[in-house]
Amino acid sequence: MASTHALASGMGGMRTAGDLVARMQMTRGMRLPQAKQYVADKLGCSVLDLSDTVAMHDIRRDLGLGRIQVQDLTYADKPGAMEAKFHIAEVLDIPINSVERFKRNAGLA
Amino acid sequence: MAQRIPTRLGDGSLVEMARAEIEADLHAGSEAAVKRAKVEPLAQDELDHLLDIFTSPAKFTSVDYGDEVVLGFDGSGNADLAAPVIEQIVYQNHHGADMIELWHHDYSYKAVRTVLSFQTQLLKDAQLQTVVPLNYGAMPDLGRYSQPDGPAPNWSELMPLGKIAEARAAQEEAAVQAERDMWCVAEAMVAAGADGLDFDTAGASGDADLLATLNVTRKIRETWPDIGVEIGQAAELVLGMHGELEFDGGRLAGQWPLGQLRAVTAAGATIFGPAVNVNTTKSLAWNTARACALVKPVTAEATIPVHMNAGMGVGGVPMTPYPPSDATSRASKALVDILKLDGL
Repeated sequence: MASTHALASGMGGMRTAGDLVARMQMTRGMRLPQAKQYVADKLGCSVLDLSDTVAMHDIRRDLGLGRIQVQDLTYADKPGAMEAKFHIAEVLDIPINSVERFKRNAGLA
Repeated sequence: MAQRIPTRLGDGSLVEMARAEIEADLHAGSEAAVKRAKVEPLAQDELDHLLDIFTSPAKFTSVDYGDEVVLGFDGSGNADLAAPVIEQIVYQNHHGADMIELWHHDYSYKAVRTVLSFQTQLLKDAQLQTVVPLNYGAMPDLGRYSQPDGPAPNWSELMPLGKIAEARAAQEEAAVQAERDMWCVAEAMVAAGADGLDFDTAGASGDADLLATLNVTRKIRETWPDIGVEIGQAAELVLGMHGELEFDGGRLAGQWPLGQLRAVTAAGATIFGPAVNVNTTKSLAWNTARACALVKPVTAEATIPVHMNAGMGVGGVPMTPYPPSDATSRASKALVDILKLDGL
């Protein structure tokens, strides 16, 4: 059922910009069109690009927003999960709780 | 003889119906919502669109380019891997989840409080391994606070005895305790790094259940302005188990999705999840049309994102452990297209 919804109506999660749009909904309570436009403006892309895995692969690579490893494609020298969230917080201009906690606990804040 | 079109009933069973029968069910589903909730019926162009979806011979359907919505998964994972953090990674990497949710097998804030330190450690570990936003979720689950499972007198036993005042007092006592447990979990999860809290199936035990949820939501919003709060409803109608409880002067009992949205928004939630239960003996077309008519006023008025519940037995998705993709994809597309949802 989860995969069915993902294919039928989902933005695509981390393969696209679904997680970024979701953050604007969760954190700022933005409705979908507003959240999509906000993220597109911050990424410098079109709203249509946000759900396009090909476009977003390159955008996420360039901005260090994290990518999913696929079979023999790994990204060991690129941002991992927490590192990517540092970049997401900066690009979207929102605080991310786990990033703020990480900074405090690591003595970076 | 009219062509028979494969479709489903609310229990998931495969049936064949004529186009005219499906069309009649769409009208009947919409009218059922009008009759009960006093909402406007679906417009003719909306019924026509639903008819196209439910009479298509395709086994799978989807929204158009650009109409994709945010998918949040209440209770991400199936507990089949016996590794809660890995379950979150699976939903992120393999199910296209836009949001994920860590949860405990005993999906109740009361139960979670007894294993809170372990749950917070899992959440912290999950945050180190995932990128998509991560909620912690459970049910307010007010019934757990009634005897013999909890401390408050059992209002379901008191009411048949005519002890209405005592039943109401018991629910008020339980709501205070539920609110305290939800707050305790929220404080710990925010300290561990959660992106948000999900109060799932709010109102399952009636209006006192919802009131406790709204009260703790307001407290969360006042304390942490950037933490997400999602309130997902248990059903389309708030049961008046108490009957007199109010939030900001509005009576909670008997609220349909629009009234629920207003209360949830006033409390400070950032995502509202309406739920419309499936009638297992009616067709998927009937159920989806009814769900659309009930929730259409919500998305028309909402100022916060609306993520409709569309799991087994709600939102037109059949009540079966393995909802067929033909049925689920149709419900998914229909809800998004008609309601202009922000997510599912």
